[in-house]
Amino acid sequence: MLIEIASLAKTYQLGEIQVPALKTVDLKIGKNEYVAIMGPSGSGKSTLMNILGCLDVPSSGKYILNEHDVSTMDDNQLAFIRNKEIGFVFQTFNLLSRANALHNVELPLIYNGTPRNERRQMAEQALDRVGLGDRKTHKPNELSGGQRQRVAIARALINNPSIILADEPTGNLDSKTGEEIMRIFTDLHQAGNTIILVTHEEYIARHAKRIIRLFDGFIQSDETAA
Amino acid sequence: MRILTLYREYFSMAWDALRSHKMRSFLTTLGILIGVTTIITIWTTIEGLNQYVYGQLSNIGSSSIYVEKFPWVITGDFWKYRNRKEVNWKEYQAVLKQVTLASHVAPEVFSIKKVEFKKIQLEGVFIIGSSEAYTFTSSVYPVEGRFITEQDVSNNRFVTVLGSELAKRLFDKENAVGKRIKIDNDVYLVIGVLEKKGNFFGQSMDDYAVVPIGTFRRVYGMHRGLRISVMTDYPEQIEDLKDEVRGVMRKERKLHPSAEDDFSINQQDMLSDLYKKLTSTLFAIVFIIGGISLLVGGIGIMNIMLVSVTERTREIGIRKAIGATRSNILTQFLLEAVAISSMGGLIGIIFGYLAGLAVLAQMDITTGVSLTSIMIGFGFSAFVGITAGFYPAYKASKLSPIESLRYDQ
Ligand SMILES: Nc1ncnc2c1ncn2[C@@H]1O[C@H](COP(=O)(O)OP(=O)(O)OP(=O)(O)O)[C@@H](O)[C@H]1O
Ligand SMILES: [Mg+2]
Repeated sequence: MLIEIASLAKTYQLGEIQVPALKTVDLKIGKNEYVAIMGPSGSGKSTLMNILGCLDVPSSGKYILNEHDVSTMDDNQLAFIRNKEIGFVFQTFNLLSRANALHNVELPLIYNGTPRNERRQMAEQALDRVGLGDRKTHKPNELSGGQRQRVAIARALINNPSIILADEPTGNLDSKTGEEIMRIFTDLHQAGNTIILVTHEEYIARHAKRIIRLFDGFIQSDETAA
Repeated sequence: MRILTLYREYFSMAWDALRSHKMRSFLTTLGILIGVTTIITIWTTIEGLNQYVYGQLSNIGSSSIYVEKFPWVITGDFWKYRNRKEVNWKEYQAVLKQVTLASHVAPEVFSIKKVEFKKIQLEGVFIIGSSEAYTFTSSVYPVEGRFITEQDVSNNRFVTVLGSELAKRLFDKENAVGKRIKIDNDVYLVIGVLEKKGNFFGQSMDDYAVVPIGTFRRVYGMHRGLRISVMTDYPEQIEDLKDEVRGVMRKERKLHPSAEDDFSINQQDMLSDLYKKLTSTLFAIVFIIGGISLLVGGIGIMNIMLVSVTERTREIGIRKAIGATRSNILTQFLLEAVAISSMGGLIGIIFGYLAGLAVLAQMDITTGVSLTSIMIGFGFSAFVGITAGFYPAYKASKLSPIESLRYDQ
């Protein structure tokens, strides 16, 4: 199993108040799966994604990623996992505004010390792969929303991660552009990548092979399409 | 390779950050700039002065001591010295005959006189009356003609040896030796011209005439106070020489063993010691002033870095999300702080250096680039950058990735 989650819970502390966002979630996801996570607003989708992406730590429970027990890792080990194993695509793109497309894409390689020439080459290939070969030197504010999300996808896949996580990747895009982005995810899945994405749209979720529905911090349903 | 890759990124990030806030970075760096400028200005000035002063002091020679009424560096009661007896001819004779460690002993008397040659009249020329030994004790040697001899002195001849500057003023390019000049109302035969010694603290040391001391005393009176210069060929014996001279002088003056000296034995050390004292005080003051501006500059940097960390919380989140470690973030912000302060340091070094040169130029001193001052400038600014940048950088490194990403979303 690529991902194994057992009795995972996450409670936010808001001053005096405790806000339970996830309540005992158990989940297994295998290699080369294509999973969509759905559910009403506030049901814990982003919370789950952030934990899967090692951006946040659970309050309790176990998370095993690629046979590593992530729940016991320290900051540096988590940074390493985020760099090597995970490619995160955000709803709001999260690109460095001062850096051009190429630099944004090669950033993960900088942190693992990939030599310059190799890095450049890999970043260019990744940009070509998402169809942005001709926008390499553009800064985020010189790109359209769809193009920005492509840069973010190129960045997510540059290290050839075990999973690509996407939290509402089409949330800020019109449906036509969203459809284009989804085509990239489908291609990536067909090329052997594992993809987990959060969406509110049924037509987006339909690209996935498996749909997990969250409700109020629980997994309500988990269906795999035939 | 790994390290290189990372540091290239850090530096280009720091550069980007500075460039995107040019005015802010400049204002932030002002404190450091002023601090480093102050320190480097004074440092350069003092280094130049040192070179100059020690060069000048070496003119006095470390192998001569001077018996005089007054000490070169007066501490305490001036009247105590004022009331002393003048050093006299008998004492000179005693030192000359009895001091065994001396290689040369010269008596010296001074006066300011009018000098004339044909139509040229020079007022206020320094006249020294001395013996043949003066050439050694003061290490002045003739380049034309000869120095005064024992015979000139014992026969009280009206002969004179001119410093090169005086010779030039009187004769320009003409040959001086063999000419007759008037000093006051007496005619002297020029027998030699001395080699050029240059300036001593801006004063020409070549604008004087030496005449035999007997002649001087005959013309200007026997009771003028003397200065006795005593030289040894072995500078390491200078302290012994001093003791011997002191003994002879005390015996000559019949001083009671418990009485203190009523004469001074001067030597070059006294001046260099005084100079050291003066400059070390100056140093201390400057380091305090420079230190305060560096402190203020450091606080400014810390403040701006805290602002920068807050402004860039999102960026920190993004970097962490794609694999930056705590130490990556720490180093990035630390280097940014160092970059700001080094920028100030660099400009400060340049300004300070130029200002130092300008100050020295006022004193007619030229000096080269000093590596020490450059290193001090960079050292200080980097130190301030690291110290001031550490807390903000540490704060940045501790941010949680998810909270930073959510910041102002
Ligand atoms: N940092 C936080 N502090 C406190 N409570 C939080 C925090 N983040 C999320 N929550 C709470 O946790 C619950 C789950 O939030 P989450 O962001 O996971 O929902 P979501 O399913 O992604 O919703 P949406 O579809 O609107 O994005 C919500 O009730 C939310 O208010
Ligand atoms: Mg969400």
